[in-house]
Amino acid sequence: MRNAVWLGILLAAAVALPWAAEAAGQPATIGLATRILCLGIAAASLNLILGHGGMVSFGHAAYYGLGAYTVGILWEHFRLGEPLWGLIPGTNQLLITLPVSVLVSGVVAAAIGALSLRTTGVQFIMITLAFAQMLFFLFVGLKAYGGDDGLLIRRRNIVPGLDLREQDQLYWLCLGLLVAWLTLQWRIVGSRFGRVLEGIRQNERRMAAIGIATYRYKLAAFTIAGMGCGLAGALTANYLRFVSPDLMAWQKSGEIMVMVILGGVGTLLGPVIGAAALVGLEYALGGVTEHWQFFLGPILLAVVLFAPGGIMGLFRRG
Amino acid sequence: MALIVEQVLNGLQLGVTLFLLAAGLTLVFGIMGVINLAHGSLYMIGAFAAALVAQAAGSWWLGLLAGVAAAAITGMLIELVVLRRLYARNHLDQVLATFGLILFFNQGITILFGRQPLMVALPAGFQGSIEIWPGIPYPSFRLLVIAVGLLVAAGLWFLIQRTRAGMLVRAGATHREMVRALGVDVRLLYTLVFGLGALLAGLAGVMTGPIGNVQVGMGEQILILTFVVVVIGGIGSVRGALLGALLVGVVQTLLSGFVPGWLRQVMPGSEADALGAALSSMGVYVLMAVVLLWRPRGLFVPHA
Amino acid sequence: MAEPVLRVQGLVKRFGGLTATDDFALDVQPGELHALIGPNGAGKTTLIGQLTGEIRPDAGRIVFLGEDIIRLPVAARVKRGLARSFQIVQLLDDDTALANVALAVQARAGHSFRFWRSAARDPALLAPARALLAQVGLERAQTRVADLSHGERKVLELAVALAARPRLLLLDEPMAGLGAAESLRMTETLRALKGQFAILLVEHDMDAVFALADRITVLVYGRAIATGAADAIRADPAVQEAYLSEEAA
Repeated sequence: MRNAVWLGILLAAAVALPWAAEAAGQPATIGLATRILCLGIAAASLNLILGHGGMVSFGHAAYYGLGAYTVGILWEHFRLGEPLWGLIPGTNQLLITLPVSVLVSGVVAAAIGALSLRTTGVQFIMITLAFAQMLFFLFVGLKAYGGDDGLLIRRRNIVPGLDLREQDQLYWLCLGLLVAWLTLQWRIVGSRFGRVLEGIRQNERRMAAIGIATYRYKLAAFTIAGMGCGLAGALTANYLRFVSPDLMAWQKSGEIMVMVILGGVGTLLGPVIGAAALVGLEYALGGVTEHWQFFLGPILLAVVLFAPGGIMGLFRRG
Repeated sequence: MALIVEQVLNGLQLGVTLFLLAAGLTLVFGIMGVINLAHGSLYMIGAFAAALVAQAAGSWWLGLLAGVAAAAITGMLIELVVLRRLYARNHLDQVLATFGLILFFNQGITILFGRQPLMVALPAGFQGSIEIWPGIPYPSFRLLVIAVGLLVAAGLWFLIQRTRAGMLVRAGATHREMVRALGVDVRLLYTLVFGLGALLAGLAGVMTGPIGNVQVGMGEQILILTFVVVVIGGIGSVRGALLGALLVGVVQTLLSGFVPGWLRQVMPGSEADALGAALSSMGVYVLMAVVLLWRPRGLFVPHA
Repeated sequence: MAEPVLRVQGLVKRFGGLTATDDFALDVQPGELHALIGPNGAGKTTLIGQLTGEIRPDAGRIVFLGEDIIRLPVAARVKRGLARSFQIVQLLDDDTALANVALAVQARAGHSFRFWRSAARDPALLAPARALLAQVGLERAQTRVADLSHGERKVLELAVALAARPRLLLLDEPMAGLGAAESLRMTETLRALKGQFAILLVEHDMDAVFALADRITVLVYGRAIATGAADAIRADPAVQEAYLSEEAA
């Protein structure tokens, strides 16, 4: 019950943020907050497999980048007026680009997961990284979509009833989708499927011994997580109005993983709080020194050594 | 023909460099169960220390000594201060903590020496080429790198298979408690193994100095390749690391040497170069995926 | 004689030069409690691994309810009614005892691709789970497994196996590590289950084995050297030799 009250207050504060930022004369905060929301969705989706299923994917940014590139490539064909492969027309309609991004990421995640989930442990960490690197280099080599330099999206997608060129409208859209995604994930974690996933994390051998073919459940979770991250990527492309292979570089996968661990593995809000903490730290330290990473490194180290369970772990103890 | 020989030798040279890095990483993985993302930082530190001392003292060989010493000392410090507390933790904590170390070292080096790459001159006596085959000259320094790498491989084999310390290392990987029961100070053993791995990583950095650029971020570029090597070879297996490193080195070099040329025959030059570079970079990851799907634990699995 | 629930023929498993299972044969009749005993190192663990599907045999047949299951993975065998308990308990330590059994009930009920409705308060899962806990006599249903005693965990392990509604229950040393009183209680629990389905009991506790078993098979060096009723096994010279030589060693 107390949790519900806190969630309500948090949500109200998040909704009111654009007005507060305007009133305080800090409109740049809205952009920063939008970035946190996008990364929050990405980190939450990783948390589904990492925190609840025990699958440490080191290639999660692949789906982030795929979602973003789907928006970018559809925009590019819309701009040029020539269909992709002479078949698929481009578009700038958000109601089309978002679902397509989710679908593309999901299909690729299902394929990568089907192969990767044959391994476990460190090998799983590394094979997911390998597949992400393959996609990274593929997009570096695709000169038609900018290659290394990336692809500009001159105007954000269009959606009836909203004007995404307005900062605060894009922010609210992202907030709504984050809340929707977290709700979905909360239901999944508590459902029969979620119970199986949690069982696999704790003791996969036991799950097989009660008659559960674990592979298909892991693959389903891996695919759902990929779809969530694709959504986050599609929103990010709209926010940045730019996509590049950096969105799926291994550093980005590491960053998303850091957000999950920093916030609290296996908690509902932890990944979002981790995203806020990392982006916030970057912003705060970055304002003081250009060498902010010199201080961020030891902070991460201190979190691991002295605050296992991340920021949510601190709350729970306190 | 001359081109193929040269590319294969280049591949071997990349391969032994990867082996120097992978040997330490695989031992630390296999024995202590730690994923150390900061292994590439040791490579960078070795390269920087060597470059600076070589410039100041005017002797590449003094730089070599300084590089391996700096890397080994930094490595043992990392083990004592940070990693020692992470042995019992899960992979996630290890990834996050050593990710933090990367940020710290990269920015630390940037603060001290800036972002400009350092150039390292070739050591005296290794500036020219040797005709390894009539009509095929090859830079003698690269031959030195290959020779050093193979020597280290032989030395490691001797150390692990034929000495008491090596026996403890092998036993420590599978029967940690038993080794402890024998009265061996496992903590000291771990620090020394980590120091040795760091020293080899530093050596790799020193040897790369005169060939590539010495700059911030050089560690991460090669770290990912090193992980590929370790996983292909089988975690904990030095033999696997050697085979995996040579395989990855040669495949990578041959692909980037020949794929753009083939592509240029079917598409315009600049596009062929970009796509060729991308495809050849993907090559080693495809190799790794295939190996893991065929043998999920890598080529060599040490012990049972 | 009726068609056996489980029939094992010519089972062979080698590890390098060591033959862990050597032309092993066994049959378990419907409703029978069949005990499998053998000195340490006889190959019991390897044999259980092959029956459950965790280890792939080199040769032989395992026929369960008339179907050769030798190529089936672990979960598929459980689905057909071959449930097992573990010697070293395998439970979800972060969850309550009730949640552990409820998940096993859920696994029995069919696939778990249901993503929205909460499972934690689902009476279709909780009611059978509570009944199973009552059946084995575990009272602390809401206690986390990590906080249960060893004896309670062994009992919970049994309840989780029962949730699969076995046609054959494979019990891997259910008495291991139990005190005298706990062992007696476990023996009574098993006696109450006897006859409802076939049971293959692998156990070191000879008092329990002779109190419960209809037939006993003795495993030595991967071979079944004798099978028969308790008295016949006690009197068998080969069995006596196998056990005496172990004690002498």
